[in-house]
Amino acid sequence: MFAEQLINGITLGSIYAIVALGYTLVFGVLDIINMAHGEIFMFGAFVGMLIATKAQAPLWSAFLGAIAVTGAMGYLLERFALRPLRGRPGASHLASLISTIGVSILLENVAHKIFGAGNQLFETPFAEIRFDVGPVTVYLVQVLILAISILLMAGLSLWLYRTRAGKALRATAENLETAGLLGVDTTRIITATVVIASAMGGVAGVLVGMAFNYINNQIGLSMGLKGLAIIIFGGMGSVSGAMAGGLILGLSETFVVAYGSSGYRDAIAFIAIIVVLLIKPQGLFGQAAPEAQR
Amino acid sequence: MLEIRGLAAGYGNIKALKGIDLDVAEGEVACILGANGAGKTTFMKTVCGLLRPSEGRIAFRGKDIAGMAPAAIVRKGIVLVPEGRAILSRMTVLENLELGAYHRRDAGIRRDLDAAMERFPILAARKVQRGGSLSGGEQQMLAIARALLARPRLLLLDEPSLGLAPLVVADIFRIVREINEAGTTVLLVEQNVKQALRVSRHAYVLETGRIVHGGPAAELRNDPKVMESYLGSGRVRDAEE
Repeated sequence: MFAEQLINGITLGSIYAIVALGYTLVFGVLDIINMAHGEIFMFGAFVGMLIATKAQAPLWSAFLGAIAVTGAMGYLLERFALRPLRGRPGASHLASLISTIGVSILLENVAHKIFGAGNQLFETPFAEIRFDVGPVTVYLVQVLILAISILLMAGLSLWLYRTRAGKALRATAENLETAGLLGVDTTRIITATVVIASAMGGVAGVLVGMAFNYINNQIGLSMGLKGLAIIIFGGMGSVSGAMAGGLILGLSETFVVAYGSSGYRDAIAFIAIIVVLLIKPQGLFGQAAPEAQR
Repeated sequence: MLEIRGLAAGYGNIKALKGIDLDVAEGEVACILGANGAGKTTFMKTVCGLLRPSEGRIAFRGKDIAGMAPAAIVRKGIVLVPEGRAILSRMTVLENLELGAYHRRDAGIRRDLDAAMERFPILAARKVQRGGSLSGGEQQMLAIARALLARPRLLLLDEPSLGLAPLVVADIFRIVREINEAGTTVLLVEQNVKQALRVSRHAYVLETGRIVHGGPAAELRNDPKVMESYLGSGRVRDAEE
């Protein structure tokens, strides 16, 4: 059923988009991929599971809990794994990339220790609630995921383009030195960015739990790889690229499974990405590399 | 207003500034002249906090600001228009201007934005365009207008006329004069010796990281020996025109 697959694809795609936004925001201000983002996302899923499934608390508290925990993890990541390496004479900025890989391995193993290796059920009380719109069956969970994703993306865009802090973030992302000269406290903006990106990852974690009904300590890795592919596809550091790229990947995966073979799901999606990159190497919404800055 | 003593700074093992003494008095325009590689840009970067000095004192209105972060120095009232203008090319002209007033919390920002648009009509016309779409001269106007929105006490201009057409250069120097007449102290780095000496009260000549001459600009203008030995003979003719 085409319409149902479309809804499935958009639901999956908007989750991908939110994961990718976390990567793209951090890449914008720090010029590195935060390799720990996938694991922070995974922790968001587990915190949501503990609150919604284990404690049977309402769903909104699962989101709040996940945001609080992953936001705090983002702060710690920036404060102790990234900031000490920044601006040190002789330190390549790849050092902080390696540092995030270290954090990702640490987090994955901590999750293994606490939650074990197997799948954990992520149940929500209304997982089975569905309704028919004409011939199309829609699950309430899908509507909820979509609503939260749209709210999050619209909120982020408004914040980035309409508020003083959002503009400062974009200035910092474009040029750290210039932002400093304009009086922007770039250290604070960078910290805020990593916290916001991580909290978005936490929200995405809860959404994935709701969508797939189970989670494990490996979901960070697979979701992380997809997020990475999306931001390369959409254009590194581009917010609209992350949103569009996420939706395209989600839709193409869903339709490949529906009308083709599930075995080719990832292959077709990534072939699409390769084709786009061959035609437009900077990604869909990417900017050509800026002129060398003094 | 600005009092610099024994300032040294550099990149890694390279010492670009080797003990600079320099004063800028409140209300004046001062300029630093010198050839490429003399350390002019390094000096400006050090004053505004982009580079950490290895030695020396930078006192601004009596307080030592050496080693402070750029954002903190902006809040003290020193604003740099860097060489190359540093326009945020992906953000609109209006956003660039708004960010100029980033550190301010007063109610006058809106009014100052309007005043900037009025003073630079070209910026009003290009308000919603991206900064990167402006021409070099327009970008320099934007960079200066943006710096003024911070309401600086001391404005640092690094090579404001670099790469611009002669007519635009004349415009820029007229604006520098106007800014100064409105009460802002200006420290200028220039290769356009003739124009720089004309707007400045004091001038310093920088050579390989040292100040080799400092004094009233008029004196320098009339001293062919200094002009020739430090600034190259081609520029003497310029200055005498």
